[in-house]
Order: sequence, then C-alpha cells, then structure tokens
Amino acid sequence: MSDSPVFDVRGMQVRYGAAEAVRGLDITVSSGEVLGLIGPDGAGKTSSLRVLAGLLRPAGGRAEAFGLPIWPNRRALHGRIGYLAQRFALYGDLTVDENIQFFALLYSVPGWRKRRDELLERVTLTRFRHRLADRLSGGMKQKLALACTLIHSPEALLLDEPTTGVDPVTRRELWRLLGELVVEGLTLVVATPYLDEAERCSRVVLMKDGQVLADARPGELQARLPGHLVEVSGGPRAAVTRVLKNLEGVADLSVFGACVHVRLEGISDPIGAVRAALAGAGITSVHVREIRPSLEDTFLYLTGSKPEGAQGEVA
Amino acid sequence: MNGIVVEANELTRSFGDFTAVDRVTFAVARGEVFGFLGSNGAGKTTTIRMLCGLLAPTSGSASVAGFDVATRAVEIKRRVGYMSQKFSLYDDLTVWENLRFWGGAYGLFGKRIAERARWAIAISGLEGRRDALVRDLPGGYRQRLALGAALLHEPPVVFLDEPTGGVDPAARRRFWDLIDELAASGTTVFVTTHYMDEAERCHRVALMHAGRLIGLDTIPALKRVFPEGSVVEISCSRCAKALPVVEALPGVVEVALFGDTLHAVLERPGEQADLRTRLMERGVEPVEVRAIAPSLEDVFVRAITGAESGHGLAGAAGGRP
Repeated sequence: MSDSPVFDVRGMQVRYGAAEAVRGLDITVSSGEVLGLIGPDGAGKTSSLRVLAGLLRPAGGRAEAFGLPIWPNRRALHGRIGYLAQRFALYGDLTVDENIQFFALLYSVPGWRKRRDELLERVTLTRFRHRLADRLSGGMKQKLALACTLIHSPEALLLDEPTTGVDPVTRRELWRLLGELVVEGLTLVVATPYLDEAERCSRVVLMKDGQVLADARPGELQARLPGHLVEVSGGPRAAVTRVLKNLEGVADLSVFGACVHVRLEGISDPIGAVRAALAGAGITSVHVREIRPSLEDTFLYLTGSKPEGAQGEVA
Repeated sequence: MNGIVVEANELTRSFGDFTAVDRVTFAVARGEVFGFLGSNGAGKTTTIRMLCGLLAPTSGSASVAGFDVATRAVEIKRRVGYMSQKFSLYDDLTVWENLRFWGGAYGLFGKRIAERARWAIAISGLEGRRDALVRDLPGGYRQRLALGAALLHEPPVVFLDEPTGGVDPAARRRFWDLIDELAASGTTVFVTTHYMDEAERCHRVALMHAGRLIGLDTIPALKRVFPEGSVVEISCSRCAKALPVVEALPGVVEVALFGDTLHAVLERPGEQADLRTRLMERGVEPVEVRAIAPSLEDVFVRAITGAESGHGLAGAAGGRP
C-alpha cells in the first residue's frame, strides 16, 4: 500500500460559466475505502466524480490521485482509475464480447481475452456473450458496463448512480461483486441519491449545493441525530399523529406506512412518555419501540430541512 | 365488496406470445396507500394502463370505483388521477395556467376550476407564486403541483407512477407527508416504484416480478418471512477481510459487505452468540453480532428467488386489505 491516499482533494471548485457546481470540496479517500457521495440532484456529485476521473478540469483548488495532480496527469491516471458514468455508452449493435473487446483495445490491455472471460464469469454474462448489447435487460446492461469499466484492472473505481433503475436482484449482485472487488483491494467512490445505498459505504460524504455538509462513517452520522427515535405501530394512525404532535419533547414526526416515527429530545424515558401520552387519549393497543435512525432521518436533520415547512425552498 | 376501490381478479394481458401481466389478483381499500413494487419490465405499467381503462385485459377482470375497466372506460377516466415523474406540467406555462389547463381537460369549469386550482396551490406550498413559470420551480414544488393537478377533479383514486425520482430527501419526505394526508382524508393512492425506501411508506405492498404477483402484505408481515434474529449485523475490524470467513461458516445463507459491517442471513435465528464464538475462533476480532430488521430488499430478493424456484411468499394468493 502506498503512503499517499488514492484521492486527495482540497478546496476543489467546478464552474460551468457563472454557475458554481462545486464550491470547495475537501475529501480524502484511502485505499480500500468505499466512499459514498450522497446528495440530491444538483449537489455537485457528478461534477466531483468527473474531476476525479480526469475528465473535467477543476476551476480551483487541488485534486490529486495517487499523489499526482489529476488534470495534468490524466492520461497516465486513466490506466489506474475506472469511471462508470450515469449513462454509460454501450454499443447496442455490438455483442457483449465485442463491447468488452472495444474497451480492452482502447486501454491497450495486454492479455485482455483472459481478463474478459474472467469478468464475464464474475458478472454472470458468459451465457449471453454473443448477444447484442441492445437486446440485454437493464440490469444486464449495467453489469456489462461494469465489466467494460474493469477490463483494465483499475485500482480505483468511480461509479455514478450505478443501480438507478436496476432490479433488486441485479442490484444485490452488483453490490456483491463490488464488495468482492473491495476485499481484493479496489477503492470505490460511489455517487448516489439513495440513502439506503449509502449504508453500503464505509464512509459517507453528504453534499448539498456543491458543498460538504458532513463526512463520517454511517454509524457516526446517525449518532449525530439528537434524542431518541421511537416507532409507534398498530394504533389508529390519525389519532396517534394528533396526540404525539402535541407531546412535549417531540422534535419531529413522520408517517411511514402503518407506523409513525417520532423523534424526542430531552426526555429521559421516551418510550414511557409516548405510551403515557397515547394511553391518556385512550390509545392502548399500540406497539412502541425505539429504533435506529436511518441515514435519511440524519440527512434531513443535518441539512436543516424541516419536513413540515414547505416554504423554505422557494427563494 | 364494501370499501374496495380497486380490484383485480386474475387480471392478464398478453402481447403476442409475451404475457406482461399474468393472473394478478388484489384489492385496494378506500384510503389505502398501496405500493406496486417491481423492476422495469415486471408488469407494473401494463397493470396501471388496464386499471385506467387505457388497455383492455386479455383475460380476467378489474374494476375501479365500481366500474369494470373493460366496459366502462369513460366512467373510469373521470374517477382516476394519474401522475408520473415525466408527465403532466408545461414548463413554459405558469402555475396558474397549468392548473386551468388541467382543470379544463378534466371537465371542470367556471368557479370550480378556480376553487380547485387554489386548493392545488395550497397543497403545493405555492401561495403567492401562481404566476411563476413552472420551469423556474424547484423539483419538489413541481412534483407537488403535478400531484395537485392530477387531483383537480377530486378522483377517489390516484395512480402515481414512480413519482419521486430525482428529488432531494427533504422534498421527498414532504411529498410523502402529503400522500399520507390525502390517504387519511379518503383518497386511495396507488404508487408504483422500484425504490425500496419509498415502498416502506406504503400501507401494503405488492411485489411484482415477471408479470406475476409474488408477494402482497403489510411491510411488517412481509418482513416476517425472516424469523426474528435471522438477519444479523456483524461489526469487526477489517470486515472486508472477514467476509470470506463468515461466508464459509455453516448456517450462513448469505453475507454482504455494508460499509464497516457485514450483514448476514442465518439459516436459524438465535445463532448469534454461536456465530461470535466461531468467528473469534477463526481469528476475527473484536466481533459484535446483533440482530437487525431485514430490509424490504431482503424480502424482495427472497420472494424473487422463491418465485423462480416455484414458491411465492405467503399471502400472495389472498390480496385483500
């Protein structure tokens, strides 16, 4: 393992004309990490990945990979970094095999046939190797794109929303494969708008409006949510909501299907308090338990987006 | 049946040799938030098109608000609202112009249009912005406005086709809070999605795969497919390295890397302590093992694997709310 981090970014900026897509990004990615760039559309995730991939020149700040400034060394670095764009271009009128071959020749991979066969096996596409890419299902296309991206055995892989629109079984297969690659030493940077996907990452960077809001391990991030999160299920939802909205210490309340989630702050026995309040209103047949906050709960808290107030967003 | 707003009975649609929807049976109650979950190509859109009276079933039957979809399409169109991620608002018209346009398209006129348009503006949080161009609105507002537009004619049922793609988590939560209010006031909400976290907000979820219904129940009931304690989170140092060790242990059905931890599915619940001992014996430490709730993705993956080997999930046949 070399001493310099895989990616080292300080104060990086990206501009498109007058628009600032990234304003001062700081991230360090060590070897073997799975870093998640999480944020809504327009947060600057794709622009950041494109700088790391050597496809976009930053407007300011420092962006290095393996100790080298990325932009001036982009040609040398292409061999060590793989990039799977959101809409990865496969050639629809080429077969699975031919698509991989194309990328192998592009990257001048020696002995690519062996590597191709091995990758086809790993993404379970060997059976479909002679099929035209256009005739693959969405999930299979995504697996083929990943194989193309891995043909030159990169040390770091940048993935932009790799599982958007992919079915759950394929999605799980993709993450399984990515997990294996990480075990083998690959470093991953994944951009995703889905917070459940972020749970797969060893470190999460929350982005909004081109800036970093938080940079932590998922567990640490969840610990930043103050108070206790309590789930109430089994009661009449409307009545439960009404009672709990007015309960002292309730900082946030949200309905999840048949359950109501409430966050209480400054209460020593949150479950007791919730039970007592509901019992006071004659609601007794409920199941009340403390739950672990999701990354979504944490994200909403950290971005200061109050779910109740719809006004803040329009400038 | 009383209180049933949407009902499908052995509903089937074929295109040539291809069966897009294969004998699907379910019933949705008034005020229910019903999630229709499946990947692209699972048959979700074909089902919705039949339920909206846009496509005739090949066999089986369905009714919406008491009207048969095969014979009473005109009545049905007046009683359903439809909203999709890509559909419905004109970017270069203002908020007010869009609402007047859709009000007219739904057959409203005069004072009624203005009254309903004001309601749609209120639920979208767009008071004072009725003259803004839709293109200038943030995604979350546009989305709520599109929902308002789909509800101008006060339909008892609204179909939402993958409604929250691409909006940020805060806007998404607001949207779902709105859905919940609508459902509480009696509107039936039928949502298709392939996002598991979105499905978690539905009262009941139907799992579709390859045209067939492979599971249908409330989320807690679906999750009971995994007995309590059979899904565990393992925390250890260098988890990536420990993965093959865990995988090789007898009694471990599946294991996956989740950041700094591993998630494993055990053949029998209650093997946590044992698992910990066995891992420490194999040089993995420090180890902490705790039971966690299965994700809906766990459930779905298991249902698909089961369906492909001929066993669906319990509850798939019934389908009553």
